[in-house]
Amino acid sequence: MTPRIFFHNPGKDLSHLRVMTGAQGVAHAMRQIDPDVFPVYPITPQTPIIQTLSQFVADGLCHTHILDVESEHSAMSAAIGAGLAGARAMTATASQGLALMVEIIYLAASLRAPIVIAVGNRALSGPINIHGDHSDAMLARDSGAIQIFAESAEEAYDLTLIATKLAEHQEVLLPVMVGLDGFTITHSAEAVDLLPDSAVKDFVGPYAYPFPLLDEKKGTYGPFSMPDTYFELKYQQIESLQNVLTVFEKVADDFFHLSRRSYQAVETYRLEDAEAALVMMGSHAGTAKEVVDHMRAQGAMVGLVEIRLFRPFPRNAVKEALSRISKIAVLDKASSPGTFPPLFLDVAASIDKMSKLISVIYGLGGRNVSVAGLQDVLEGIVADRFPNNAACYLFGNKVWHMT
Amino acid sequence: MANIKEMASHSQQNPRFGSGHSLCRGCGIPSIVRTVLSSIPGPVAVINATSCLEVATTRYPFTVWKVPWIHVAFENSAAVASGVEAAYHALRARGELSEAMTLVVFAGDGGTYDIGLQALSGALERGQRFIYVCYDNEAYMNTGIQRSSATPFGASTTTSPAGRAAMGKPEPRKNIVEIVASHRIPYVAQAAMSHWQDLSNKVQRAYHAEGPAFINVLSACPPGWGHEPRDAVLVVRLAVDSRYWPLVEVIEGRWRLTYQPAPRIPVVKWLALQGRFRHLFQAGQEESLEKIQAIIDDEWQRVKKRDEESASWFASEEAGLWDRVPSLPESWEPRLGEPMWEHFRKDSKHSNGRVSL
Repeated sequence: MTPRIFFHNPGKDLSHLRVMTGAQGVAHAMRQIDPDVFPVYPITPQTPIIQTLSQFVADGLCHTHILDVESEHSAMSAAIGAGLAGARAMTATASQGLALMVEIIYLAASLRAPIVIAVGNRALSGPINIHGDHSDAMLARDSGAIQIFAESAEEAYDLTLIATKLAEHQEVLLPVMVGLDGFTITHSAEAVDLLPDSAVKDFVGPYAYPFPLLDEKKGTYGPFSMPDTYFELKYQQIESLQNVLTVFEKVADDFFHLSRRSYQAVETYRLEDAEAALVMMGSHAGTAKEVVDHMRAQGAMVGLVEIRLFRPFPRNAVKEALSRISKIAVLDKASSPGTFPPLFLDVAASIDKMSKLISVIYGLGGRNVSVAGLQDVLEGIVADRFPNNAACYLFGNKVWHMT
Repeated sequence: MANIKEMASHSQQNPRFGSGHSLCRGCGIPSIVRTVLSSIPGPVAVINATSCLEVATTRYPFTVWKVPWIHVAFENSAAVASGVEAAYHALRARGELSEAMTLVVFAGDGGTYDIGLQALSGALERGQRFIYVCYDNEAYMNTGIQRSSATPFGASTTTSPAGRAAMGKPEPRKNIVEIVASHRIPYVAQAAMSHWQDLSNKVQRAYHAEGPAFINVLSACPPGWGHEPRDAVLVVRLAVDSRYWPLVEVIEGRWRLTYQPAPRIPVVKWLALQGRFRHLFQAGQEESLEKIQAIIDDEWQRVKKRDEESASWFASEEAGLWDRVPSLPESWEPRLGEPMWEHFRKDSKHSNGRVSL
């Protein structure tokens, strides 16, 4: 749940809060987890994560071996090598770096390597752009990796802890990408309530890969599979990702008992008796909450569905959340030229066909997402202003579409 | 240094590379892998790039590997090895691994000279400790004999075919040993499958290198080179004796020849054995043959000069440390039964009717 902390709240003790960026929050989570190996390659806007962690290591605050490799491709490869060999491995990347990594993320998922990847979500070139959107994450959409999206700096911290426990759960053993929007989260300072180091270490536990490579058993990892076996192996992998839905709930529940901060695969915000709702993920869900509050105060029956777990896609939870909503706008911070964008397609495949469903692409390449813009989306779907089956775009404060 | 008996007994009694692989008849890879793995004392883990070796030894659900073995992709074996090495240190520090372990990377020339060069260079620069063995059969054999940057001048491959308007690959091969040696790593060598003792000695020096070690090994490929499988060793031996493939090592930056071929054999003798050079023996190709000989002579002069320059260092006490490598430790004695040579020795002693060698 997004922390709705009000600094002017009298009587509330805020002394435990620290102001830090999302990237620093993730670096603190990593310092507390203290992974054995951290192969990494610099790329904006991920760099503050690895810079902060490197300083923690230099100051003796954690014992991670930071392996400064020569590309993200090698970073992920080294992470797989370390993770399967029996050491806890993590990495971080963004954008083009993630694109380079994707080949090996597929392999990490198939080799069941539990590696946490912090992704400072950034637009893909071209043209080259360093600012935030979700197009990089969508490249890895079908890789078999788990994907979680954070809404704030504190969520980025929390979800890194949750991701570690989730990845290494004996029924999961899969890579997890923790998405934090480039600049909007990675570089924006917010209040973060860090948990005590010892509590975090107890929460994630020691790394216990069940069948490490460097072991008496002398296993063969990554063999060659012909048409007679590939399909079954892939089937097992697909099933393993489906199991994540229940394990995520369990891990989030454990985390709630530790922190009193609750996370769901799908978070609903003021959805009761709503007639129209936005569906989105990432940092701008925070902005959307402000918009919903504002419009509710004026009497509009609107709400928000925030997707936090994007892979595996929580179909049933999305269906349940949207079951009584007649007008829905799905906001994608990514495009899929030639068809509808990815989140829209997932939502469309999950819900009852009775609802009116609109696709809006917003915020590409770090384009500012204003309160007025999101309000225009909600007002537009309430007033039925948008044509069916048209692609809508939120370039500025007004939704634009071909007529 | 391990002798052939020790290596053979190790391969027989406690094999690291088992039986059942599907590599071609006459392929040099299995003998290279067996020689390398039986020359290393103590536990070994293998990191493999996508290659003939990988696909022919691990067809799921079978494996020929009796040691920990990992394959991730084609271009990243040095990076995977870096991660395994980092994990190894973490596990050792935590006391979760009692014995020291050697990491060996096997990759082909495509996975080393071309697509894997960046990952290799990065790992060498970081000083990661592993023995990287490139088995060099001079083209992408796994995908059907396409030219790589290891393919020699004039060789016909499926992507540099000889035809009416082309004479095979128009560029000379890349010198990977010089490239790797430029990283100033402790040990670099070039070997050939035909000279197994030389290869074994080099592996043992690589084993003692405190940092990355790289060995480039020439391997025959009968379908790719176009010769009879039974001639595999002969062809590779001629590559060495014609001075096409100098057996060198670079210890702490000093080059030396570990084998002096004598007398000098013209390279056409080697070329004539292989179908990939057949087109060069047609009328009008004399110039290409001369050019190949010129390339080889030029390279040989370069190596020879380096060899002479560092002769005094190799005579020094410091260099002698590299030769003082222990023979295989006790744990490497065959665990089951008796060593093979003991078996045959008894036969000859007792002359009990069985055939002796």
